[in-house]
Amino acid sequence: MNWESALLSGFLGTIALTTIMAGSQSLRLTRMNVPFMIGTIFTPDRDKAKLIGIVVHFLNGWWITLIYAALFQEWGYASWWLGAILGLVHALFLLVVIMPAVPGLHPRMATEHRGPTPTKQLEPPGFLALNYGHRTPLSIVLAHLVYGAIVGALYRPG
Amino acid sequence: MSQDPRYPPIGDYALIGDCRAAALISRAGSIDWLCLPRFDSPSVFAAILDADIGGRFLIQPTGEFHTTRRYVQNTNVLETTFLTDTGKVVLRDCMPVMFEEEKQEQPVPQHELLRELQGIEGEVEFEVRYEPHPDYARARAKLGQRGQLGIWCDVGYGALALCTEIPLVIDAEGDKALGKAIIHAGERRALSLTFSEDAPGVIPSLGDLARQRSDSSIEWWRGWAARCTYDGLHRDLVVRSALALKLLTYAPSGAIVAAPTTSLPEAIGGVRNWDYRYCWLRDAAFTLRALVALGFRSEAEAFLSWVLHTTRITEPEVLQVVYDVYGEPDLSERDLPHLEGYAGSRPVRIGNGAHDQFQLDVYGEVVEAAARFADGGGAFDSDTAMLLSDIGRVVCQRWREPDDGIWESRAGRFHYTHSKVLCWVALDRLIRMHETGQIRGDARRFREERDAIRNAIEENGYNEKLQSYTRVFGGYEVDGALLVLPLYGYIDAKHPRMRSTLARIRAELGDDSLIYRYRESAPDGLPPGEGAFGICGFWAVECMALGGELGEADRTFGGLLAYGNDLGLFSEEHEPGTGLALGNYPQAFTHVGLINAALTLAQLMGQHGAEQSTEMRDLAIEDSS
Repeated sequence: MNWESALLSGFLGTIALTTIMAGSQSLRLTRMNVPFMIGTIFTPDRDKAKLIGIVVHFLNGWWITLIYAALFQEWGYASWWLGAILGLVHALFLLVVIMPAVPGLHPRMATEHRGPTPTKQLEPPGFLALNYGHRTPLSIVLAHLVYGAIVGALYRPG
Repeated sequence: MSQDPRYPPIGDYALIGDCRAAALISRAGSIDWLCLPRFDSPSVFAAILDADIGGRFLIQPTGEFHTTRRYVQNTNVLETTFLTDTGKVVLRDCMPVMFEEEKQEQPVPQHELLRELQGIEGEVEFEVRYEPHPDYARARAKLGQRGQLGIWCDVGYGALALCTEIPLVIDAEGDKALGKAIIHAGERRALSLTFSEDAPGVIPSLGDLARQRSDSSIEWWRGWAARCTYDGLHRDLVVRSALALKLLTYAPSGAIVAAPTTSLPEAIGGVRNWDYRYCWLRDAAFTLRALVALGFRSEAEAFLSWVLHTTRITEPEVLQVVYDVYGEPDLSERDLPHLEGYAGSRPVRIGNGAHDQFQLDVYGEVVEAAARFADGGGAFDSDTAMLLSDIGRVVCQRWREPDDGIWESRAGRFHYTHSKVLCWVALDRLIRMHETGQIRGDARRFREERDAIRNAIEENGYNEKLQSYTRVFGGYEVDGALLVLPLYGYIDAKHPRMRSTLARIRAELGDDSLIYRYRESAPDGLPPGEGAFGICGFWAVECMALGGELGEADRTFGGLLAYGNDLGLFSEEHEPGTGLALGNYPQAFTHVGLINAALTLAQLMGQHGAEQSTEMRDLAIEDSS
């Protein structure tokens, strides 16, 4: 694997992904605040959670690039469109599999079956994360398409 | 009495809030006004502006009832007691507040409005009607039931979630949720409405934990109120006014909005309906004086910081009259024709056209506020010091120009005497700050122009025939704003010119204890018809007291207090005789007037705790003598 290329493409791809997700919230396409959601796994403090979430989300984006790079390496070929296809698969996996499972992983996220414990207080994302706004799946897919395309375009198989 | 039975009198409303947003609750348990996430955001409930389509969150007995209500002492937690033939139930309403440290211990909603029913005697059947109509009722709410997670509704810029211990059913159209429950003695049921812009939103706990949140809010408010150092006459009302002022504070920036509402009419059915959910620099000096004198120094510093930050954004040449809570200057005014307005008072406006007016008095207000800060030991950074000097330069350049005046007349520009006096105040305070080394600047020019302003005022702003200062230079009418002349130290209240001016204002503009801003015949660019202006009455009390008429001042003060509602809240204006509250409500400026008048009275009566109240005036009088 071309580590240097993987880390560089992952760095730029994650910047783009994070920016698109934050921009989607600012443009009110979704209420989903990924750093806040991730950060509250570690702390209930709203401000600290966002900061921690940004760091963790960034590191996540980086190491996941290694999976992309491993696949490109295996295929001996990388391109923006192949990266975008991987990004699409990645987004669908998140929306269909990971999001509904988040309440089970997140120590502060409620489910419809919550209670009587009051400690789980965060709203669950629901199917396709639609609880966070009906355009949320679009934002997630768009962000991951761009992420995959950047990684695919920049990665050079060694 | 209100003209339309669908609209409770304006003074019937109570205010709760969390220092970022605020809700108005009627005596009948209906939340008829709430904007989220901040004061000037679009409304979620606006039944006060359109009883049919505005939206509300109602909790009230299904049968006939009587209510009494109160704020839990020294708090902004409201308790409405419903009395029916079958029993007695208390509805406690608050927007929970807590210390920042507590917020770090558990996730807390961005905003929460907590309503709790507690059965006291017998049993009472209640109905709940939850009817959010987001975006000033321009958007249609689509409620979704998520089981124990509550009823959710996307409001475009965020999500509302209602969790309740009373089962609610969403109606066939999907835009309202209804329910009924019988509350027995000893029983408690909570309903919690939360708002989140960030997902995942926080879902509030109900049951005992809800009670804990309202109890902690009571503790928080009591702790805050206990910081009030005032111990003079009418202490309870002064503390209530301070609590109201705190509710109108936007805590993240320190700004204080003039009122939490828009378009509550200055005359029922009239067109004088304005959006007051913004911050007027005009209010700066008096507000700062009230906060400092009561001992709320951190609020005073935050407010001054907002004032200086805001003025820095727009630079002194274009100092605006009004800004939003973060200092945004563009507040373009628009009508909302789909809303019928309070009791048919159209138009309903959002934004405020006064933002592009030119008011010379603003310069004096800002400099006076800064001077008070400096008097209290505050120091300016170099940018602020330069800004203040620049303001002085602008005042020197522009005080000869006509302006729109403190009351934001839309009739064109005139040479308002009050505006010229505030220009004098600006230069007078700048000279003082220059002498103490707090600012630099051309002090010689400041002195020359200050003296020129005084000469102009005394020559053109005082009418010998009337024996009074006049509204405009060379005019024949008086104005309630002239009552501030001795409060700023421009003239001693015992000076014959001021005594006769006060007498003229009371004779021409007074009605009962109240004072109108100006006569109906005075042109202001709008059809006539408005109530007497709340703060003018309190200014008159201070003038009387400082002029030596302490007994009359005290009587007038008592008369003015009667215009507050049962909770001690005051509106912008009042109709003499009927006592009807008019205009946006509750009004920060009126409460500031009440506080300052009480401080002056207490200080002159030698009561403890009000020593600071006249600090500004004493200093100013010394300088001007």
